[in-house]
Amino acid sequence: MSAARRGRRYRANVAGRAAAAALGGYTIAALFASASARLLPLPRVEAVLSGTMVAFLVIPGVVIWAFLARSMVRAWTGILIAAMLLALAAWLAGPPA
Amino acid sequence: MKVREGVRQTMAWLHGWAGLLLGWVLYVMCLAGSLAVFRPEIGEWMRPETRDRAPAPQAVAAAVSWLQQHADAPAWFLYAPGPRTNTVEAVWFHGLTYTLRALDPATGLPALRQTRGGEFFYRLHFELQLPYPWGRLLACLAAAMMLLALITGVIAHRRIFRDFFTFRPGRGQRAWLDAHNALGVFALPFHIMITFTGLITLFSLAMPWGVQARYGNDSAAMFQDLIPGAISRAPAGRPGTLAPIAPMIAEAERRFGGNVGLVSVLNPKDAASLVLVYQADDAGIATSPEAISFDGTTGRVLADYREARPVVKTYDVAYGLHMARFADPLLRWLYFVSGLMLTAGIATGLILWTVKRRERAPLALGNRLVERLNIGMIAGAPIAFAAYFWANRLLPLGGADRAAAEVASLYWTWAATLLVAFALKPRLGWPILLAAAGGAWAALPLADITVRGAATPVLADGDVTMMVVGLAFLAAARRATRRSRA
Repeated sequence: MSAARRGRRYRANVAGRAAAAALGGYTIAALFASASARLLPLPRVEAVLSGTMVAFLVIPGVVIWAFLARSMVRAWTGILIAAMLLALAAWLAGPPA
Repeated sequence: MKVREGVRQTMAWLHGWAGLLLGWVLYVMCLAGSLAVFRPEIGEWMRPETRDRAPAPQAVAAAVSWLQQHADAPAWFLYAPGPRTNTVEAVWFHGLTYTLRALDPATGLPALRQTRGGEFFYRLHFELQLPYPWGRLLACLAAAMMLLALITGVIAHRRIFRDFFTFRPGRGQRAWLDAHNALGVFALPFHIMITFTGLITLFSLAMPWGVQARYGNDSAAMFQDLIPGAISRAPAGRPGTLAPIAPMIAEAERRFGGNVGLVSVLNPKDAASLVLVYQADDAGIATSPEAISFDGTTGRVLADYREARPVVKTYDVAYGLHMARFADPLLRWLYFVSGLMLTAGIATGLILWTVKRRERAPLALGNRLVERLNIGMIAGAPIAFAAYFWANRLLPLGGADRAAAEVASLYWTWAATLLVAFALKPRLGWPILLAAAGGAWAALPLADITVRGAATPVLADGDVTMMVVGLAFLAAARRATRRSRA
C-alpha cells in the first residue's frame, strides 16, 4: 500500500470514529437521560435530575470507547446497539403521565 | 493503574485534539470564570464613588421606586445588597437583550460610574458575548470537551504522583510538558469538579431530553417542581399597583433567618404581579434553594418552601459548588487560584501543541495559525481585560452608553493584540504582548488611586492583586525575551 493511500485510510478511519464519538456520545447520553427519567422510581423532577446529571458523564465514556474500539465498524456497531437498547427502554417505559 | 501502551497513546492523542479544538474558548471561559469569583468585589472596585450602605429592605424599595419610573419591562430582577456588595444590581430584558443598572442603595438612583462591573466577566464566562442560546451552547460544548480532555489526560498519564514533583526547566518540550502536568495534577479534583458542575448548571439547555421524556414540552412545570417556592402565573391584563416591597423583603429575611439574594418582580404593573424572593447563597453550599412568593398587590405570602428532597439538594449543592458564593474569603481565593491554574493548564497545553511539532519539523500552515492565535489569545485576553478596567477609570462619567463603551474598549484592544500577534514574528510577539499585559496590569493601581479618593479594603485588595498579576506577566515577558535571544 502506498503511503498516500495509507494516509487517506487513516484519515477516513479517524473521521469515522470522530463522527461516532460526537453523534453517538450525545445521542446515547440523551437517550440515557430520557430512559432514566422515565424508569427511576422517583418523583418526576428527581428522576429527571438524577438521569441528566449522570448523562453528562456518559458522553466522555462513549467518546473514549469510539476511539478505543478495535475497528471503526465495531465502534459504530456498539454505539448503535447501546442507542437502540436505551431507546427501547425509554419507549417501553411509556410517555409522560 | 495498568494501561496498555496503545491505549495510553490513543488517550494522549484524544487529549491533544479535545484540548486544541476549543482550547481558546476554554481559555477565555476559565479566565473570565476565575474573575467572576469576585463578581461583587469587582463591581465595588469599578464604582468607587458609590459608597452608601443600606439594609436590603430599604435598598430594594428604593430601587423599585426608580424602576417604576424608568424600566418598562415585564420583569425586573434585583440582586439585593449583602455583606459583599452595597449596590442593588437591577436587570431587565427587552426581548433577548438586557439592561443592567447598579442602583445606589440609599437613593435608588443609578450609580455615578455606570459599568457592567463583575457581571461582565460572569456573563462572558458562559455566554461568550454571543446571542442566546448560541453562546451558552458553545460554552456547554467547550465544557464537554474539557471534561473529555481531563479524563483522557489522566488515563494517558504515566505516573501522576511522580510527575507532580518533576520539573525540568529550560528550553523546549520537556519544560512545557512538566508545567502542564503539574498545573493539571495539582488541582485535578478542582478541575474535574468545576467542569462537571459547570455542565450541569445549563442542563435544561444542553441536555433537555430527560425533561422532555417526563414533562413533554411543559418545561415550566419542571421548573415549578424544581423550585416550588417560586410560583408563576399569567398576567391578569388589568393594571395593578405594587404594594410596598420593603415589608416583603423584611418578612423573607425573617423566614430565612438570613440574607435575601435575588428578588424577581414579575409583571410589576399588572393586577396579578408577583414578587419572588430567593435566599442569599451565603447560607450554605447549595445555591438559592429556598424561595418565597408574594402576591405583588397585597404582599400576601403565596408559597414558601424549604428544600428537603435529596436529589434536588444534591443538584443545588453541585450548582453551588460551581458558583462559589458560599465560600468565605480564603476559600474564594483558593477558587480564584485554582481557576487560574486551570487557565494556565490550558495555555501550556496549547503552547505545547506547537512546541512539540516544531521540534520534529518546521510548522505547517495550520500549526503556524495555532501559534499566532496562541499569542493573540493567551497574552491578548489579559491585555483586553486590563483595558476594560482602564476604560472604567478613564472614560468620562455620565453618558448613556458608558457601560457599553467599557466593553467596547475591551474588544477593540483584543482585536489590536490579535493583529500584533499576526503581524510580528512569534519570537517578538510573545515578549512584546506579555510585557504589554504586565505594564497594563501593574500600572492600573496608579489610575485607580488618582481617581477613587480614600481606599476601602476592596479597592486596596483589588489594586494589590492587579499589581501582582502585572509583575507576573512582566516576569513571563522577561523569560520570553531571554528565550528568543538564546
